[in-house]
Amino acid sequence: MTDTFEVPIDSDSDVVVVRQHVRSHALQAKLSLVDQTKVVTAASELARNTLVYGGGGRLVIEAISNGVRRGLRLSFIDEGPGIGDVEQALTDGWSTGGGLGLGLSGSRRLMDEFDLESAPGRGTRVTVVKWVR
Amino acid sequence: MTVHSEADRHRIDVLLQDQEERITRRWIDIAVANAGGHAARGALTERLREIYPALQRALAKDGENGELRRLLAELSRGQARQGFTPSETVVLVLGIKEAVYEVIEAEEDSETLRGYHWFCKFVDDLGLFTFETFAAARERIITDQAEQLLELSTPVVKLWDGILAVPLVGTLDSARTQVVMEKLLQALVETGSEHAVIDITGVPAVDTQVAQHLLKTVVAARLMGAECVVSGIRPQTAQTIVTLGIDFGDIVTKASLAEALAYALRRSGVQISEGSGKRVVVGVERA
Repeated sequence: MTDTFEVPIDSDSDVVVVRQHVRSHALQAKLSLVDQTKVVTAASELARNTLVYGGGGRLVIEAISNGVRRGLRLSFIDEGPGIGDVEQALTDGWSTGGGLGLGLSGSRRLMDEFDLESAPGRGTRVTVVKWVR
Repeated sequence: MTVHSEADRHRIDVLLQDQEERITRRWIDIAVANAGGHAARGALTERLREIYPALQRALAKDGENGELRRLLAELSRGQARQGFTPSETVVLVLGIKEAVYEVIEAEEDSETLRGYHWFCKFVDDLGLFTFETFAAARERIITDQAEQLLELSTPVVKLWDGILAVPLVGTLDSARTQVVMEKLLQALVETGSEHAVIDITGVPAVDTQVAQHLLKTVVAARLMGAECVVSGIRPQTAQTIVTLGIDFGDIVTKASLAEALAYALRRSGVQISEGSGKRVVVGVERA
């Protein structure tokens, strides 16, 4: 793990910036076109969650390797109210904000690894990984 | 104002009067040298020669500087529009300190030198004011451009009698969706169209928010009696939408704008047949 890059998420236009950075990193990591689109879409969902539900935060982009494969790790971090029921938040169609309720669960399906750490009052950290096939 | 600074002010006032030509010329030289190589000397000279008498009047009338501020605001707005940096703009104003100091030093007049300190503070305030106006002007330009972009990037075009198209390019956020929806619904009414093609070839990522906005637009159009076709769904977008779990329901989607147009034409009863010599013959079925 060498290359890390941080992007603040504080406004709607930052979500656009997040997408652009993630796209260029996905391109650098030599992800396939389909995987690039998946990673960018998942990043867009998670960044918007960080903004809308977490009250803003940041994204850390890392180029990683597990010895065999290379990949891209994205960590969305906020110091917001946190998620009370993680199980429920990951259910398809569940939304407290009037969305489609597919952002979190859909992102989990779009990525290879998905990890959600959260507790009420302690913020949320969503870490996702996409490996290069 | 204390008696002391009153005297200072007077000395500077007299100096600016007596040495007008010398100070102005030096000020313009300094301004041109500092304002980044791309400044036009002619325009700058005109501006500063306009500001100088206003500065004198402001000094004479003691703080009554409405006219001076107006000129400085005009200057900084112009600079902002022409793409100068804030520092390139502010040094124009601050340059007069150097010009005045050089004259005082040459005169070796210690009395006036004491007034110089007061003058510096006066000019620094003007510099700050210029900077603020510059920033405000920049903000204004950015807001205007964002609005223009919003307008520009959402055209509704007529493809055929009764068939409209909305080619979307770039990010589809709430503000833009609102504009798109309004324009589309308005155009549907104005043209009496019953079909609309929303082309998303230029939308780089279709996430749940974009999908939700699209769904809402289609439903709104449907309420007005128009049928929407969403076109421009690329293979990678299709796979992503499926994985995300977004359900487009009974909304008709097509891979390309051409297919969507063909579909809409068929639906509105227009027959397209390839005649001899590859000419396309069009006829409308009468009910």
